[in-house]
Amino acid sequence: MSATIPAPPPPKKVNRIGLDVLPYKGSKTTLCAGCGHNSISERIVEVFYELGIEPWKVAKMSGIGCSSKTPAYFLSQAHGFNSVHGRAPAVSTGALLANKDLIGIVVTGDGDTASIGIGQFIHMLRRNVPLIYIIENNGVYGLTKGQFSATADVGSTQKSGVVNQLTPIDCCLLGIELGATLVARSFSGDKKQLSTILKTCLSHRGLCVVDVISPCVTFNDHVGSTKSYTYVKEHEVPLQDLSYVPYYEEIHVELEEGEAREVTLHDGSLLRLKKLGREYDPTDKLAAIQALHQAEKAQEVLTGILYLEQGRDTLIDMLGLCDEPLASLGEDRLRPSREALEMIMEELR
Amino acid sequence: MSTIDVSPVASQVGGESAYRIVNDFSIQVATVNGSGSQTANNVLMRSIFQMGVPVSGKNLFPSNIAGLPTWFTIRANRHGWIARKKEIDFLVAMNPETAREDVMKLEEGSAVVYDEPLKLNELRGDLHFYPVPFDKLVAPVCPEPKLRKLVRNMIYDGVVAHLLSIDLEEMRKALFKQFGPKKVKAAELNWNAVLAGRQFAMDHLRKTDPFVIERMDKTAGKIIIDGNSAAALGCIFAGCTVVTWYPITPSSSLVETMIGYLKRLRHDKKTGKATYAVVQAEDELAAIGMVIGASWAGARAMTSTSGPGISLMAEFVGLGYYAEVPAVIFDVQRVGPSTGLPTRTMQGDILSNAFLSHGDTKHPLFFPSSPAECFQMAQDAFDFAERFQTPVFVNTDLDLGMNNWMADPFEYPTKPFDRGKVLSKEDLDRLGGFSRYKDVDGDGVAYRTLPGTPHPAAAYFTRGSGHNEKAAYSEREDDYVNNVDRLARKFETMRRYVPKPEVDINPKARIGIICCGTSRWACEESRDQLLREYGIETSYLRLKAFPFTEELSQFIDQHDRVYVVEQNRDAQLLCLMRLECSPERIAKLRSIRYYGGMPLDARTVTDELVAKEGL
Repeated sequence: MSATIPAPPPPKKVNRIGLDVLPYKGSKTTLCAGCGHNSISERIVEVFYELGIEPWKVAKMSGIGCSSKTPAYFLSQAHGFNSVHGRAPAVSTGALLANKDLIGIVVTGDGDTASIGIGQFIHMLRRNVPLIYIIENNGVYGLTKGQFSATADVGSTQKSGVVNQLTPIDCCLLGIELGATLVARSFSGDKKQLSTILKTCLSHRGLCVVDVISPCVTFNDHVGSTKSYTYVKEHEVPLQDLSYVPYYEEIHVELEEGEAREVTLHDGSLLRLKKLGREYDPTDKLAAIQALHQAEKAQEVLTGILYLEQGRDTLIDMLGLCDEPLASLGEDRLRPSREALEMIMEELR
Repeated sequence: MSTIDVSPVASQVGGESAYRIVNDFSIQVATVNGSGSQTANNVLMRSIFQMGVPVSGKNLFPSNIAGLPTWFTIRANRHGWIARKKEIDFLVAMNPETAREDVMKLEEGSAVVYDEPLKLNELRGDLHFYPVPFDKLVAPVCPEPKLRKLVRNMIYDGVVAHLLSIDLEEMRKALFKQFGPKKVKAAELNWNAVLAGRQFAMDHLRKTDPFVIERMDKTAGKIIIDGNSAAALGCIFAGCTVVTWYPITPSSSLVETMIGYLKRLRHDKKTGKATYAVVQAEDELAAIGMVIGASWAGARAMTSTSGPGISLMAEFVGLGYYAEVPAVIFDVQRVGPSTGLPTRTMQGDILSNAFLSHGDTKHPLFFPSSPAECFQMAQDAFDFAERFQTPVFVNTDLDLGMNNWMADPFEYPTKPFDRGKVLSKEDLDRLGGFSRYKDVDGDGVAYRTLPGTPHPAAAYFTRGSGHNEKAAYSEREDDYVNNVDRLARKFETMRRYVPKPEVDINPKARIGIICCGTSRWACEESRDQLLREYGIETSYLRLKAFPFTEELSQFIDQHDRVYVVEQNRDAQLLCLMRLECSPERIAKLRSIRYYGGMPLDARTVTDELVAKEGL
């Protein structure tokens, strides 16, 4: 006699904190099929899942635009704030002031950051606010149907044939120049590089600016555009082969002398930058700026970790904030004593 | 000059005045800004205050760092009227640029202390002139020529002290208090200038004017403070943790004073670390954006600005309204945009604040009238913003914010913070989940959670107007209408929580007077003038907040005609009342407006009301 024992369901795959991938996913995307932004959202889901970050510790912030919709498409168990066009830096800064323990991830676009929000972007850089600031850069306004943004290259064309004559704004250059402590550029189509950069950001303490070329399949993927899939694939020059070992894993691979540079990040994780072709020192600010200018001339899209500075004070450090988040302080810590008020009154008599 | 409150004296001495005007006149000091006159003026004001005489000080200053005319007016009034007095009784003319015009504007019988070389006595024969050779007097007491410009002003304090019979010991105390324990040497230098001025006056000036300060006991226990400092203290005692701002006159001193007190009061004794964050933003857009972000994440956050900043904040305030994020915004109102008249006062942002932003938005406003109310309403505003999860405006103005006011000392707050409807991890464990925009309690106020709450059901997605009860994105007609209708219900609930108006019903009165904010002081005095000079009985209602409460309707119903007094051209407060009142009540409303940029005075209200009454 044989009995059929039903096979137990396969064990759910979980990460190191015991969560499956579901809490890391968001609602269904409403962006166009093939939009680069969707790939970036997928990378965020993977990276946060893989590193086992509690979703509730994350604040997902954005401005307005196609890119700014995407925080709804990842980390459903994290608070999200789709704020005002170009103003994600201010809202995110405020959120981090209130609760410095939040992991702030900001998703904006090139219109959001380089045009309407350039003022806020620049001052966020100066403050070194501890945030991961992603610019989903497609050189074009998608939601309003195809106008140039300020990151469009000179000579790039719109679908209608209009040619951009204005100097583009390079958000990475601004980032390096004005105070971001981790600046990277990537391509939405480069899964491995983008994932490694995002992991590195999560291990860094300070402001990370990640400019991701993310083609707009509807309005800026044609011949003549410098932000199309084809163009970026043909012109991308990765600076390094990046790998990342989280702090909670042992490091196995032995390195040959001179083969790669290793950097221990703020949380103890390891970033390994293996050179590809040219020499590049991401801690050399002047060299980084020079490389970006040269790349522009040579019509190259340099990707990888462009700049890394560790140990500089963030806004939270500069303000000397107490250890607990300000938002969690109670009346006993916040309302000065009766004697303090009486003393002030006496001084004013 | 004052025509009333004259107290005759028994004997007339020599050619001196036959009568005396005691503790009821105004002193104006005309100087050049940047000349250090502020110290001399404050010492003069404080000396009178210390003699127990009610005072107010109003600084009329230019938008400029140094070299332009500035006027400081001190009003001493034994009845406690501290509104601006329109007429100047005693002028100290230190500014050659304006001296002529200043003197020509005086009424007959006024007194003038002036710099001798200006020869102002040649201008008119109906004033009491006191020439003082300031340059000659300052040289011996101030050997350092660079300091003479500053010390020179202290000389008039000595002259005026003698002429008005101000107690010299009180002036000495006031001066050393002003300089503080760290600047004793500077205080001594200045004190010598006061003495030199007094000695000169004793030796060379014969008093012919009637104005005198006599000791009273009406200021015992009181303090002198400006509204901005009072508001700053209120924010600190309200537990404000995040302050973001962009400098703008006349609001800057609110945050600057706050920074000073925060350093003193809000650092952990053991670690030295701060329980607050102050960020000077790149503009008002960023300032309010940071407030919205911080409040969303659970901080008590505020910003302080003036009209031009309010305009820049419009989009964010609308987001705060629809996304239901608390925010406390101080608007220290001034006149106009651009270069405008940024150093003049106005109640000019009432309508723009009430409906700031686009779509169907409306916001609660608080109207403090005094430093004590700045202190109290700052605290109320944080409770209110968190209770109703919405931006709250505290509408002060330049007159209240930047001028020195005699005030009752502030009472220590005993009410615990009201942090509103915030669900904790434990609440979520119990409830299993929540709907961010659902009206569970029927008061229009939904429950929120803070980012970082360690619970899988804590998170929600915040966005503007397009969302359903569960905070999911929606462009559906029914979701939108459901939400804005709830927001309207929330606004109705606020009526039960706003500070109630101050009401004084006079059963004999057929006329009512309504005002808000600093118009209070002129209105209170005007009621006295109306009664004594015209026999007009009045009732009075001072609004402390918008939305209005039923007290307003009752007040209008109880009177035949109701005058709404305010400091703007287009009757903004009255317009707001029109939106909320029935046609029968609207028909009773009359408008009295002043909009010249000076603090409102009683005479303007009285004259206008009398004219409108056809008397």
